[in-house]
Parts: sequence; structure tokens; C-alpha cells
Amino acid sequence: MSVNDPANAIVARGLAAGYGSHAIWSDANFSIPGGSFTAVLGPNGAGKSTLIRLILGLLHPIAGTLDVLGEAPRRGNPRIGYVPQGSAFDPELSIRGRDFVGLGVDGHRWGVRLSGRAQIAAATDAAIRAVSAEAYANRQLGRLSGGEQQRLLLAQALVGQPSLLLMDEPLSHLDVRNQGAIVQLISEVARKRNLTVMLIAHDVNPLLSHIDHVLYIAQGKLAMGKPADIITSESLSEIYSSPVEVLRDRLGRLFVVGLEEEVSHPHG
Amino acid sequence: MVELIPIATAAAPTDPSWNPLDDLALLFHYEFMVHAFEAGTVVAIVAGAIGYFVVLRGSAFAAHALSHIGFAGATGAVVLALSPIVGLLAFTLGAGVAIGALGNRLRGRDVTIGIVLSWALGLGVLFISLYRGYSTEAYALLFGQILGITSSDVVATMAAGLITMVALVAVYRPLLFSSVDEDVAGAKGVPVTVLSIAFMAILAVAVSEAVQVVGVLLIFALIVTPAAIAVRFSSRPPVAIAIGILLALAFTWFGLAIAFFSPHPVSFFITTLAFATYLLVRLAEALRSRQRVRV
Repeated sequence: MSVNDPANAIVARGLAAGYGSHAIWSDANFSIPGGSFTAVLGPNGAGKSTLIRLILGLLHPIAGTLDVLGEAPRRGNPRIGYVPQGSAFDPELSIRGRDFVGLGVDGHRWGVRLSGRAQIAAATDAAIRAVSAEAYANRQLGRLSGGEQQRLLLAQALVGQPSLLLMDEPLSHLDVRNQGAIVQLISEVARKRNLTVMLIAHDVNPLLSHIDHVLYIAQGKLAMGKPADIITSESLSEIYSSPVEVLRDRLGRLFVVGLEEEVSHPHG
Repeated sequence: MVELIPIATAAAPTDPSWNPLDDLALLFHYEFMVHAFEAGTVVAIVAGAIGYFVVLRGSAFAAHALSHIGFAGATGAVVLALSPIVGLLAFTLGAGVAIGALGNRLRGRDVTIGIVLSWALGLGVLFISLYRGYSTEAYALLFGQILGITSSDVVATMAAGLITMVALVAVYRPLLFSSVDEDVAGAKGVPVTVLSIAFMAILAVAVSEAVQVVGVLLIFALIVTPAAIAVRFSSRPPVAIAIGILLALAFTWFGLAIAFFSPHPVSFFITTLAFATYLLVRLAEALRSRQRVRV
């Protein structure tokens, strides 16, 4: 697939990101085909969330070009669904999960909701059904479990019928069983709706059987490829010109050793 | 702004006849009571509505700080022979915009806010000492002066109340969105910093209004307590806002009515009603959850 193929959801050419004049990573060239599932991996502070902020149009590149769904990145693009990084909601946060999902439809508009209540309710119901959250969507958001909150965050991201879904560490606060369930859910929804998914993860293992590509960010460089090609001792060592070891345990889980020693960066 | 009628005279104890119609007729027989009910009603509606967002955004302490900073402004205005409401508005608006612009960076900075507000109270003390005949003025600002409200004050309160309600309705959806999840709202194109500033500016006007009723020190009772009770009853935003407004109205109306028939100040009854209701609701919740555990 060529870099200029319109079927590409995201295309980066000579892209560099940073704050002020300080580059976190640079010279990134990659293209993400529409409808594919990409895991963004790398050590803390390597600039994974920064990439998401660029795609959302919340941050401007310091060099290069970025094309998102055929246009320049812009804030508030309704074709993008976003699940931010973050810990759980405040337990005292007094709003129902359903109200939060509904805000994904018209929360950016001024004033109060005067018309279109029926359509918004229908869209909200459909999104809640899509993530199987019917049982607790009417309960107070802050009182739900981490997995339940994550499903409603996903429903909120899906409610506007986006074609690109960006998720920043949606698995990090979940136990292993919930991680598996959420990944399975994301993958099913994405296949059904032909969604392009970009998901930042700390650990690639729960994702391995679902992802098409891995985008590795470390030491100021980005590398993209199929998981089996990228996550090997040879290719990671070559890309980052330093000895990197990929270990596999008895259960087949992968562990990357040698890229962690990164200057920590407050913006993640 | 206000003709300061000594509170003890204004609320001269009258014995209730315990006939509701006669007592109501007696309440509204006096012009100062009619004005108090009019201004109190407007302030309660505004305070109950904005209180929901104060609780949702976790900015109760900021509301408290605004009223204290406003105290320095109000007393300063008196020294300069200006209306205290001018100084009150100027200082709460200035502080509100600053707090709003700092936004999330101020979250959890209770110590910083506390240091600033205690200094503001200190400034207020200085300004009071510079002004002769300070004690009634200071007392009114600190603890409220609703029984001294004139008809022009009522008009000003209604105008300010209308402005705050229109502004709150105008920013309702994006404010709710950014109060629940600022990151998602920001990515959806909601101008979160502008909203944070706008919210604090609206809150500043609401606080300045509420100071007339309960005073700087008791602002929590009208802005925070009704909303804090309301969110325990409903997590549907419009319902919680409606309950908060009803509670603020009830505290104000009953507080005024009880104070009319007693020698004690209105602020005491409003704050006591608010506190007692909060206590009862928390107690009922505790009892209910204990029952649930036993079952």
C-alpha cells in the first residue's frame, strides 16, 4: 500500500513532535491503513500520547506533515473517537454513565439540549448496547468498576459513529481478565464498523492476537511493522542501534528488555 | 448599596399566631420582608443552579475563596466611598478569572488558595479599620444583610440573577462535558480553558449576590450545601440542579420566616436548615446502607 493511498487513515511524512524547540521524536514516516488495528508501544515518556495529541490536533508538529482521514489534523473532528489516558472517575462524580455517553453526541454545542432528544437517546442506547453496558449505564459513573467505566468511555467514543478510534492506555487500570474482555470488545466493534484503531498500551501481550501493526516509539524514533517482524531482538536492536532483547516466557508472553532507559518526560 | 437597618430592630420578634394564613400576611406586611423574600428567591435560584457545577467540578473551596477575596474588595470600596457591591464584584471577578485561567493547575492547591484568601481577609480588616463606623458594615458583609435590602437592591439582584442564569444556560452542555472529562471534551473541540474562566466569572457574580443574603463567611450554605445534598438524590444533571434550587429556596424562605418571628439573625437559620438537612440525609444513607448489609 503506497503512502498516498486514500485508503490510509493516517499518513506521516518526516513528522517530528515536541514542545517548544525540544523534539521528543522526529523523522517519523508511517501510514496506517483504514480499518486496521495498531498498537502503539514504547517506554514511558517516549512520546506515545504526544502522537495521539498530534492526530487530535491538540498539538502542532514541529516538522513534517500529518494527514488524518484525508485532511490536516483539526480539533473536534467528529470522525475521531477518543478515550483519554487517566485514572478512574472521581467516585463522587454525580452523573450517570448514560449522560456522559450522550455528551459525546452534542456536548460540544452551546446552550441546553432543546431538540433532537429522541435521536440522541437512540444513538446513546446504540452505543451503550455496542459495549454491552446496558446493566449499569443508568448508575453513577464514579461508582462503577474500572472495567465498566472503560466500556462507557468506549461507548462515548463510539457514539458519534467515528471512523478512527484513538485510545490512550485503556488497559492500564484493568485486571488481566478485564483487559482481555476489553481488547476482544474493541476488536469486534472495530471489525463490524470498519474502524481504524490506534491504541497505546504498556504491554503488548493482551493485544497480540488482535493487532495488525505495531508502532514502536523509543529513543526519539518511530518504527512500524507487523508485530512478528518488529517485536524481535534483531529488529528492535537494529532500529534503535542498541542491544534489545525480546524474551518469551513459557506462556508465550513477550517481554522487551533494553529500551526502558529513557529520559523521562512529563508529557508521556 | 444598602441602608443598614440594625438587624435586631429589623427582625423585631413577633409572636406567631400559628395560623398559617395570618402569619404569612404578617410576614409580607412589612416592605423589608417583601424585599428580603424577592432578593432571597433570586439568590437561591442562582446559588442552587451554579452549586451543581461547583460540586461536579470539585471547586467548592474556590467558591469559598472567592467570597473572602470579595470581602477585601467590598471593604476597600467602602474606604474609597464606593458601593461595596462594586468592590465585591471587581475582586470576585478578578480572582475568578485568575483561578479559571489557572484551571487544572490549581486543582489540589488548597494551601495556595488558603494563603491568598487569608491575606484577602487581612486586607479586609485593614480597610475596615480605615473606615469609621465600620462594625455594622463589616458585620453585614461577613454575615449577610438581607433584611436591609432596598427596592433598588432587589432590582439589581434580579438583573444580576438573570445575567448569571442566561450565561449558565448558554454554556450548559460544554460546561457539563468539560466538568466530567476535560480531556475528552477538549478533543471534541470544547474550549475548556475559556469555559473554565467563564464558569468562574459566573460563579463570581453568583457569590457576590449570595453575600447579600448569607454574607462572606456563610456562602457555603447557599452555594455548596443544597447542591451537595441534591447530588445524593439524583445523578441526572437536570434533576440534581432542580433539587438543588428547591433546597436553596426552602432554606432561604424558611430561614427568613423563622427569623421574622425570632430575635435571632436570618443567616443563622439558613445555615442551620442547610446543615440539618445535610446531616439528616447522610444519616438516612448510613442507616439504609447498614440495613442493606444486614439483609
